[in-house]
Amino acid sequence: MISVNQLLGVSLVYVAFLFAIAFFAERASIRGKGSWLRSPTVYTLSLSIYCTAWTFYGAVGYAARSGMEFVTIYLGPSLVMIGWWWVLRKLVRIGRAQRATSVADLISARYGKSNLLAIVVTVMAVIGVTPYIALQLQSVTLSLSIFSETGQPDSLSQQTAAFWVAGGLVLFTVLFGTRNLNANERHDGVVIAIAVEAVVKLVALLAVGIFVVWGIAGGIGPMMERIDNSSIGEWSMDRSRWAALTMLSAAAFLALPRMFQVMVVENEDERHLQIASWAFPLYLMLMSLFVVPIAVVGLDILPAGSNPDLFVLTVPLAEGQGGLATLSFLGGFSSATSMVIVATLALSTMVSNHVVMPVWLSTQAEGAQVSGDVRNVVILARRASILMIIFFGYIYYRLSGGGAALAAIGLISFVGVAQFLPAMLGGIFWRGATRWGALTGLLVGFAVWVFSSLLPSFGPDAVLSAAVFEQGIGGLPWLRPQALFGIEGIDPTVHAMVWSLSLNTAVFIAVSLVTFPTPLERLQGAQFVNIFDHSTQARGWDAALATSEDLMIMAQRILGPADALALFRAEAQRQGLTGHLPEPTQGFLQTLERELAGSVGSATAHAMISQLVGGTSVSVEDLMAVADESAQILEYSNRLEAKSAELSRTARQLREANQKLTALSVQKDAFLGQISHELRTPMTSIRSFSEILRDTDKLDQADKTKYASIIHGETIRLTRLLDDLLDLSVLENGQVSLNLEHGNLHAVIERALLSAGGAHTTPLRIDHVGADTDVPLCTDLDRLRQVFINLITNAQKYCTAAEPSLTVTVLQHNGGLQVVFHDNGTPIPADARALIFEKFSRINDKDGSGAGLGLAICREIMARLGGDITYESRADGNAFIVHLPGQVALAAQ
Amino acid sequence: MGKHVLLVEDEINIIEAIQFLLSREGWKVDTHSDGATAVDKVRAMKPDLVVLDYMLPGKNGIDILTELRADPEFTRLPILMLTARGQGRDRELAERAGVSRFMTKPFSNTEVMTAVRDLVQLAQ
Repeated sequence: MISVNQLLGVSLVYVAFLFAIAFFAERASIRGKGSWLRSPTVYTLSLSIYCTAWTFYGAVGYAARSGMEFVTIYLGPSLVMIGWWWVLRKLVRIGRAQRATSVADLISARYGKSNLLAIVVTVMAVIGVTPYIALQLQSVTLSLSIFSETGQPDSLSQQTAAFWVAGGLVLFTVLFGTRNLNANERHDGVVIAIAVEAVVKLVALLAVGIFVVWGIAGGIGPMMERIDNSSIGEWSMDRSRWAALTMLSAAAFLALPRMFQVMVVENEDERHLQIASWAFPLYLMLMSLFVVPIAVVGLDILPAGSNPDLFVLTVPLAEGQGGLATLSFLGGFSSATSMVIVATLALSTMVSNHVVMPVWLSTQAEGAQVSGDVRNVVILARRASILMIIFFGYIYYRLSGGGAALAAIGLISFVGVAQFLPAMLGGIFWRGATRWGALTGLLVGFAVWVFSSLLPSFGPDAVLSAAVFEQGIGGLPWLRPQALFGIEGIDPTVHAMVWSLSLNTAVFIAVSLVTFPTPLERLQGAQFVNIFDHSTQARGWDAALATSEDLMIMAQRILGPADALALFRAEAQRQGLTGHLPEPTQGFLQTLERELAGSVGSATAHAMISQLVGGTSVSVEDLMAVADESAQILEYSNRLEAKSAELSRTARQLREANQKLTALSVQKDAFLGQISHELRTPMTSIRSFSEILRDTDKLDQADKTKYASIIHGETIRLTRLLDDLLDLSVLENGQVSLNLEHGNLHAVIERALLSAGGAHTTPLRIDHVGADTDVPLCTDLDRLRQVFINLITNAQKYCTAAEPSLTVTVLQHNGGLQVVFHDNGTPIPADARALIFEKFSRINDKDGSGAGLGLAICREIMARLGGDITYESRADGNAFIVHLPGQVALAAQ
Repeated sequence: MGKHVLLVEDEINIIEAIQFLLSREGWKVDTHSDGATAVDKVRAMKPDLVVLDYMLPGKNGIDILTELRADPEFTRLPILMLTARGQGRDRELAERAGVSRFMTKPFSNTEVMTAVRDLVQLAQ
């Protein structure tokens, strides 16, 4: 039997060995002799930090409890590596192009360098990974307790051991994770150490497996029989849980901060991924090869109630294989330490970059930002973060009581970090994804996870009371942490995963659809989604001809073919080359950049050239400058648009004014033509007849009298025309002054009838209805009478009926008054009705005595009096209606 | 002479005056005051001369003139147009439509009679 002290000694030697390897690797790397450190093999082995103590110990326990389901934990990553190789390649390409240092950095960069998003992701990652770190502490202390004298887990010594293990992990991580600050956040020493650990854990597990199969069971055949007879052989598959867990492990593999660290940040060459895509699944297969045999044999030979999570240790111990047990312990120890180191490293980068540094910088005066200063602060922040994160893990370990099965704790973490997946995948495949979508999706998913998975993991009454488990928050049954929305009977892990991820994704998509990305988000979105169009991984910089061609193509697009060709040809001649493709020398590139800057702005030009030539992707500063330029251009174009809208408005106004003037001019011409006609016509008669009278000697008296009366009549007509024109002109110009008087409407009508004088000289029969009624009013009575006279004389002149008659009626209408002049003449033709109130419109003017101004004057007068005059065609004649407004009638009352 | 004149005019006093002047010199004068049927009237009467007012009810003098000139029978018919509108543009329109003589009201009697005589002589 090996004592705990011996084991600690071995562990110390092993750790010292790792220190040494890490130290030499760092030294070699600094001296530039570290190329071997960055081989595909080391890359593949470093990916094995996916296999933590959970997989090392927990897989066997998982198999013993739930049969073949443990395979899902290996299946997810294998499927990603083989089937989603291109997703990983895109992720790696983007991560490298954007110099992403962590998952938080990547997500924040995608969504317009949003620091808020980075902080949210960081906090979520710390909380999500904490159970995982606790899991590692738990596994190491559990495994130590196996070797203790009593052989029984002793809670006090376990906690002490956990404390020391945590302390040791902090020390190692601080020493190798924060020894120096590398711009690309790579850690050669750490990577090589975890690669060695990957080998150790694989060898240890294979050794135990081989011992179990050939040492205990007696070969493959008997082993298979044992398996068939065991409970694991009878295990039946729960399809939904199987699918969900496979998906979950695949999601976690992509989204775990530590996986991002080794897969993207520590990646030296994209091509390593090609080898890892088959080598890593192979590694996983080897890791899982002996899980079932160990579980079956453990269940067989160990007393009932033994912790199956520790079969990897207890089976060799029970068989007296102390050395093998020690190796197995080292394997488990390796799994735990490598995971904690890398996870802590990744998290501390996030915490210091996205939380501590922004806060620190904002508290500093600008002068304090000298580089040395910042360096020390960053290193200090990293170290403090490492300490804090491992301390959190320790606290969680203490709180959760160290009792839960390893696999269960691991799954909680998996669901937590899987929340990053929608924002990550959405960000690299969907340009429409926005910052608010990502943020709300993450927060919703995270909240669901905390409520349905993390808090319940402490057990009833630890954080959430048992009542909440039974009845939901506030007694609402649909808010039970493990039966959200009232859906019961689902496995808690599947339940938490389905709800958190589906709500996360739904909110992410919905909010992205209704929000608009900022210019920088748009640019970054394009960079991410179209990374393979933009980045130049495959293109060699030494291929000068190809580069010149690319430059030429780009220049042609921006400057136009002729200018671009001239520029390139001139440069080629200057360089003494034939053809039109010059060497892309520094000087030429600067010239070209200047030329392009004239067209697209300097930042864009710089970004374009550096993309084609530099091999580096566009930096954030470049993008910011591009965004600024775009914003300026946008603003400029907005101003232009506003200007052009204003111009077109002015143009429209001018056009309208012009049309109005043209119409007025046409009207004026027509009016002058009419006036001229109205004046010249009587003058013609006057002149003609006066000449006849003057020049003709032998005129009889009758003719003389006739011609003289024609002349007389025509002069009266002329006078009346002039009167009307002046009257109309005064009315139209609004210069008329109204002489308001109180009176009776019927009296006004009566006087008009008298003035028209028609009653006894013409055959027109006039019927004045209600002539003796008193209808008081206050208006310009003379003007109103003028209107009435006009209407009466019109009826006298134009009423063509055999027995012409006119009926004058007063009506009350809407508080106002209507005076209706209804004659029995032929109705005015429909097409002429619109014209009767216009000047010089003479309908049925047989004798030509009217100038066609009467109704126009009436209309003007009524407008001045605040009323109106309208025409209605009636079946038995014509009706002219004079409308007097309410105030005219009311004023008298 | 006994030449035949058609007077298309709607102002009764002007009809009276022109009719008096022409008949006194032995012209046979017919009058017509509706623009709309003036062309038919000319076709029916085939006068030696038409005195045509510009502003007529139904159809104006320019349209009547244009219609008559479109008829080969009346391309050379002497037409004297009278107008009271007194605008330069009207003369232009009338000349383009093929008027023989254009005169603005008020005219002197001598002027009208000279014009009528000239036009008939020219046509012979």
